[in-house]
Amino acid sequence: MSASARTRDELQQVTVLFCGDSGDGMQLSGSQLSTTSAVYGNDVSTLPDYPSEIRAPAGSLAGVSAFQVHFAGHQIHTPGDNPDVLVAMNPASLKVTLPRLKPGGVLISDRDAFSERNLAKADYTTNPLDDPQLGSSYRLHPVPISSLTLKALEAVDLKHAAKRRCKNFFALGLVYWLYARPLEQTLAWIDNKFAGHPPVAEANRRALQAGYNYGETSEAFAVQWSVPRAPVEAGCYRMINGNEAMALGLVSAARLAQKALVYSSYPITPASEVLHHLSRWKHLDVRSIQAEDEIAAMGSTIGAAYGGAFAVTGTSGPGVCLKSEAINLAVMLELPMVIFNVQRGGPSTGLPTKTEQADLLQALFGRNGESPIPVLAANSPADCFAVAIEAFRIAVRHTTPVFVLSEGYLANGSEPWRIPSLHDLAAIEVQHPVEPEGFQPYSRDASTLARPWVLPGTPGMEYRMGGLEKRPGSGSVSYAPQDHETMCRLRADKVERIAAFLPAIEVDGPERAALLVLGWGGSYGAAAAAVQRSRNRGLAVAHVHLRYLNPLPSELGEILSRYDRVLIPELNDGQLALLIRARYLVDAVSFSKLQGRPFTIAEIETRIEELLS
Amino acid sequence: MNTVREKIKLTRKDFVSDQDVRWCPGCGDNAILAQMQKVLPELGVPRENIVMISGIGCSSRFPYYMNTYGIHAIHGRAPTLAMGLKCARPELQVWVITGDGDGLAIGGNHFSHALRRNVDINILLFNNQIYGLTKGQVSPTSPLGTKTRSSPDGSIENPVNTIGVAIGSEASFIARTVDVFQTHMSGVLKRAAEHRGAALVEIAQNCIIFNDGAWAHLSDPDKRLENVLYLEHGKPMRFGKKEEKGIRLNGFTPEVVEVAAVGEDQLLVHDERATEPTLAYFLSRMGPPHFPTPVGVFRAVHKPVYSELLMRQVKAAQTQRPPDLDPLFRQGETWVVS
Repeated sequence: MSASARTRDELQQVTVLFCGDSGDGMQLSGSQLSTTSAVYGNDVSTLPDYPSEIRAPAGSLAGVSAFQVHFAGHQIHTPGDNPDVLVAMNPASLKVTLPRLKPGGVLISDRDAFSERNLAKADYTTNPLDDPQLGSSYRLHPVPISSLTLKALEAVDLKHAAKRRCKNFFALGLVYWLYARPLEQTLAWIDNKFAGHPPVAEANRRALQAGYNYGETSEAFAVQWSVPRAPVEAGCYRMINGNEAMALGLVSAARLAQKALVYSSYPITPASEVLHHLSRWKHLDVRSIQAEDEIAAMGSTIGAAYGGAFAVTGTSGPGVCLKSEAINLAVMLELPMVIFNVQRGGPSTGLPTKTEQADLLQALFGRNGESPIPVLAANSPADCFAVAIEAFRIAVRHTTPVFVLSEGYLANGSEPWRIPSLHDLAAIEVQHPVEPEGFQPYSRDASTLARPWVLPGTPGMEYRMGGLEKRPGSGSVSYAPQDHETMCRLRADKVERIAAFLPAIEVDGPERAALLVLGWGGSYGAAAAAVQRSRNRGLAVAHVHLRYLNPLPSELGEILSRYDRVLIPELNDGQLALLIRARYLVDAVSFSKLQGRPFTIAEIETRIEELLS
Repeated sequence: MNTVREKIKLTRKDFVSDQDVRWCPGCGDNAILAQMQKVLPELGVPRENIVMISGIGCSSRFPYYMNTYGIHAIHGRAPTLAMGLKCARPELQVWVITGDGDGLAIGGNHFSHALRRNVDINILLFNNQIYGLTKGQVSPTSPLGTKTRSSPDGSIENPVNTIGVAIGSEASFIARTVDVFQTHMSGVLKRAAEHRGAALVEIAQNCIIFNDGAWAHLSDPDKRLENVLYLEHGKPMRFGKKEEKGIRLNGFTPEVVEVAAVGEDQLLVHDERATEPTLAYFLSRMGPPHFPTPVGVFRAVHKPVYSELLMRQVKAAQTQRPPDLDPLFRQGETWVVS
């Protein structure tokens, strides 16, 4: 059968899940498919899913590494629900991921990897590829990927093991054929990546081509699909994950204020990548510190902020637990700084590499005493860039530590990012008073209630402050009952007044309706898509997504009152729902998920349908 | 930026803040405060460039009484604030004021790491062998058997050796003085201030309320000469009312000898600049009942300074790459949608 005789169908969107052993190179196959699709003109969203062990035993269920790619001919906001295509490179990965494959989906498996030994490691007693049930439930393609790869590389001067490692490119080539993807982007990437190792470059090129040709010539594949280009805003784009976007946002904020950036952090999954990025950017006056512990990271952030730097610390939930006492000192000292938390599954060590949104109440209330802190949450990987800048803007204008909540899902997930120009972003104004006349360390700006950010080194303004309660104005230690009440209310008012500076809430959908879906953080994509689909089906539902969790936007209460019901999907046990119910006396319905995985669109869509039926 | 001001002659009064000192009358902290206020004007550092950072405890009230910049931080964490501040502002002179509980119990981790990194700060550790502010509990430096409110039957913990911890942490400057040794203390404080890198000064300090007399063998003028070994670089180690006794090394064991009997050339000669801290460690182990307690500078060596290395890397990077964000924005593969 020639290629031209094949059926060629168009699809609006496709989700592919590559999975295999940690060493099988699935992250690479996934990221190559993403970039190729993005460059081709699709909208793209991706999510890697890898084990927390650095080197789990080869072929074991614990060692399965996966990468999901969603590409479409229209705007998308999630890495897709259940995959249309599953590429499983060994028995363990098939066992772990098969339940996620859509009924009737395409299943490509490396038949060579289904040896008795590998089957045993995955607790299979018989070869699942021989099970007729599998073939009838899915479009099964047990391709001898390893041996076909070796055959294609016969002429290449490389060791056997090195040739075997090229099988991820064979698999990638096959998927490229399946979705009529051009090879050029990946071929160029290979040439660039392996420029110093011509035989490796040659092997990977041949493997990719062989996989593609296999699709073209094998009669097993009857259909080839195409996915049209998506309408996207003009500009220069790249793929970016949340951690890199966060790092770029932080350093951009410092540049916008012409300040040094001091980043102090203790290694923790899934936030360490930010430390790695920033440690390489000293030419932008980034001073990175790997502290001896989370507490020291927070303490040195306070010290750096006191000295006048743009100071920031990053961590995940367990780290925030350790930092809490020092964060409270920052609240008392009223110094501008940023603390970001790339949330992961908890409590305790929990699920280090899996996502969750269960640290919202910790950020808001996880300290002794009345300790108000502004809290912002990013809603997509690229959004981490904007949120980081916004956090510093608020920190400086209102002289306060600011919490930023990211999530493992955003930190590791990637999406196309329209590359900004620093010139298009408003400068961050910073003032350090130098006039000693009448200086009071805890005097207040009439509009924001911010206090003066006076730097050590300023002659004639030497002053002392600490974690003890203060007299308003002078900042001297005071245990007077009224001073404590005044200071507590001042600190709370100061944070509340930030609401006056926030942009208006954008309601997606009807102004009044039977249902409002209210979300925050990384559930944005799934919620937005679910609401859109529901509306397409005629349901009266709107969507509001909160970027500011403290203070909440002033018009939120009024907006909530316009809907009969409010549904709050979150990857926790109803933390925002608790706040909304307490604050607005709205009988919000919590939709909670605690599986270490993000919401699928279908999950939220189903819940919307249930509520409206 | 401060060259003009450096010429202004500062006095003790310039360093006295408007706050009433609230330590107990007779507390050793008062004597230390007085020495600091006397020494700082002599350093030639503009007052605005001096920062005092403390943790929690009686000693940590110190910054409130100094008319410099200052932060009274949280328990045990002062060295971490000091490190962050030095990374932001390497030109400031930063003092950390801590105690035996603050620095060696709750803050032991940061104490050790600040010394190891050789951050250019001066740590004054007021050691009174007791928790004072919380009203008399056992501290990490209380001797075994010490009876306190939390150890009514006697402490069952081995005390930590402050100087030994500093040596183990690879500290580049280690000294000890006593709250009542006014002249000695001012000399040690000046040496600490002039040292590049982390300087630790342990100050034997009397808590008149909860542990009075813990250091009486050093502070009592009648006993002092018998019990104190004044360390001086390049000098043989002699002590006693008429310097009639000395320290000799017998194999790997130091011993007290009569100088007249063995001759001065048999005595250990103090070398604070020794590359290896072996001698400093011998000295750190000395104290009652068999040895005098050494005071003075145990160790003063030059090592790479954290804040200087950091800024050197920053400067080097700045000469190699322009401060341009755009290449970072465009890292990896890019594509244009028109």
